[in-house]
Amino acid sequence: MPLLEINGLTQRFGGLQALADFSIDIDEHDLVGLIGPNGAGKTTVFNLVSGFYRPTSGSIRFAGTPTLGLKPHRVTALGMARTFQNIRLWHDLTVLDNIRLAGYCSLGYSFLDAVLRTKRYKDAEQSIRTKSLEILEMMELGEFAQEYPKNLPYGLQRRVELARALATKPKLLLLDEPAAGLNSVDVDDLIRHIRWIYDEFRISIWMIEHQMKVVMSLCQHLMVVDFGRTIAKGTPLEIQSNPVVINAYLGDDVL
Amino acid sequence: MQPRTSDFTSSLSSIAQSAQRRTLNFVFLLAALALILAVHYDFLDDYIMTILMLMGINIIFAASLNLVNGYMGEFSCGHAGFMCVGAYVGSIVSLGFFTGRFFGASFFPPEFAPFLFPVVLLAATLVSAVFGLIVALPSFHTRDDYLAIITIAANFIIISIVVNIDAIGGSRGLQGMKRTMNAMRQVLDIPWMLVWVVICTVLCITVLYRLMTSTYGKGISAVCQNEVAAEIMGVNTNRVKTMAFMVSSGLAGLAGALYAHVYGYINATNFDILKSTEGLVMVYLGGMGSLSGVILAAIGFTLLVEMLRFILPAMNDFLHAFSLLPADYSLNQVWKWVIIPLILILLMQFRPEGFLGNKELTHVFPRLKRWIYFK
Ligand SMILES: Nc1ncnc2c1ncn2[C@@H]1O[C@H](COP(=O)(O)OP(=O)(O)O)[C@@H](O)[C@H]1O
Ligand SMILES: [Mg+2]
Repeated sequence: MPLLEINGLTQRFGGLQALADFSIDIDEHDLVGLIGPNGAGKTTVFNLVSGFYRPTSGSIRFAGTPTLGLKPHRVTALGMARTFQNIRLWHDLTVLDNIRLAGYCSLGYSFLDAVLRTKRYKDAEQSIRTKSLEILEMMELGEFAQEYPKNLPYGLQRRVELARALATKPKLLLLDEPAAGLNSVDVDDLIRHIRWIYDEFRISIWMIEHQMKVVMSLCQHLMVVDFGRTIAKGTPLEIQSNPVVINAYLGDDVL
Repeated sequence: MQPRTSDFTSSLSSIAQSAQRRTLNFVFLLAALALILAVHYDFLDDYIMTILMLMGINIIFAASLNLVNGYMGEFSCGHAGFMCVGAYVGSIVSLGFFTGRFFGASFFPPEFAPFLFPVVLLAATLVSAVFGLIVALPSFHTRDDYLAIITIAANFIIISIVVNIDAIGGSRGLQGMKRTMNAMRQVLDIPWMLVWVVICTVLCITVLYRLMTSTYGKGISAVCQNEVAAEIMGVNTNRVKTMAFMVSSGLAGLAGALYAHVYGYINATNFDILKSTEGLVMVYLGGMGSLSGVILAAIGFTLLVEMLRFILPAMNDFLHAFSLLPADYSLNQVWKWVIIPLILILLMQFRPEGFLGNKELTHVFPRLKRWIYFK
């Protein structure tokens, strides 16, 4: 059984059909790419899958559970984490606190525990802290633990967001244009980190990405959408030479 | 793996830190004890004592409002409504327990007063927290201006309801809470209310500090700074908002119950929009989302308001002496309500983030870190 099963997903915003009859299966330990011109509906797919929007029609099953109608934090608790096209960090909390908060859905203590500082609270906080520092260390962010994200360069902010998503211990990681705005050194780091995450945790990764370098070196399958419609599926090599895809990108110098 | 030595030194420094913090608690305890003894042996007169109690109440009131307006970034304008609920619930329970009012005969003999007073405070806190729950609901869908209007409305509604219930005094107000205090004094002659106010203030600060340093409480900051990210990272934003509103309004209720017993008389109009404004001034004076800032602001504000009591008549005399005011006009205490909103306006104009911004004292004076730890 696939980890994520999407069938006939359709989303309309008023008169605009942002996504039409979108279907995909993502297996465990799979690395899938989603590409398409701007405004094609890629982010909309992620917003639907992570529970932000309710689709006009269609079905989503994640880890065997239908997730339609679940609030985003419940979907996260099922083991799905994501990053955003435009970074959404908590800029007035330290990097460490940003990562710590990823443990929120599995805190295991209550308000009273926090106020009374019970043993349960102390144990939970200790383990969250240790694990957060571990993740920062693994993502080569250890030295920035006490920094505020707003003071970090853009590339590191992206990496903090990736670390934060990873800290929720996801089965599936959704990355929305993780390389957007990065210089080529940052892009190489990013590719290295994503590959490492993929190998180390053996999770599934689904990413939206424009940069061919990233997509070609990471993804096993690609899917192309244009105007909300799926226009091609295949390996990166097949996609690159597909005339329909080339046509869709005509005028864009991405491919 | 980290090298062992660094493990060792870090654990050493953490032990030292906790020891220092324990010393700090001890110093607090000694200070509180010294204060109570000073009052007992008449080193402090009633006036200073009242100001100290008012300071404590203002700290609780402002620090609790800071949870919603500062840390969570919502704009609640009717905080005094919850104080009103707490004041009335506390008074009703207190009068019911120790006098014949409300439940026919008094429930308990007066000797029980010192032991049962915490129950009075707890009841006030819990009932106010439930009222906070009601205000939390609209906050799920509205923020900013709309929430501000809703909370102002809640403030007005609570006051109108109280004024229209004759059984609790209606517009005449409610009195007799001094009897509970006297009952406590009969058991042991110490300044009980000062003791309770000090305990509750320390308790309130501790609760807020512990909450905001826990991962659980940081969910509030997360909701404030990026609600979408909070929801996506597994924070149940609705639950966080409910929790913050309930803690905030519960503590305001606690402040109300203390207020009722310090003065022995309450009237719904004590808790109107002007009182809410005082809370806003203190929060914005100290800096939104700064616990130490709001405590300092509450202390400063209490002193300022007390000083206005003397400054305004002095100004009045001064202006009349130079015939700068019409002879038949006198500058009275109503001018307090010109000066306080003026402070708010000037603050918004020139330093919208408050004196400390969302920083703590330890950021401004890093050496304090040896003693107190904030974020
Ligand atoms: N919440 C929304 N309301 C209305 N229109 C939206 C909304 N979200 C996305 N859209 C529209 O849907 C289309 C697809 O957007 P999006 O999924 O963000 O594209 P992209 O592939 O660039 O990520 C765009 O035309 C966008 O304007
Ligand atoms: Mg997009």
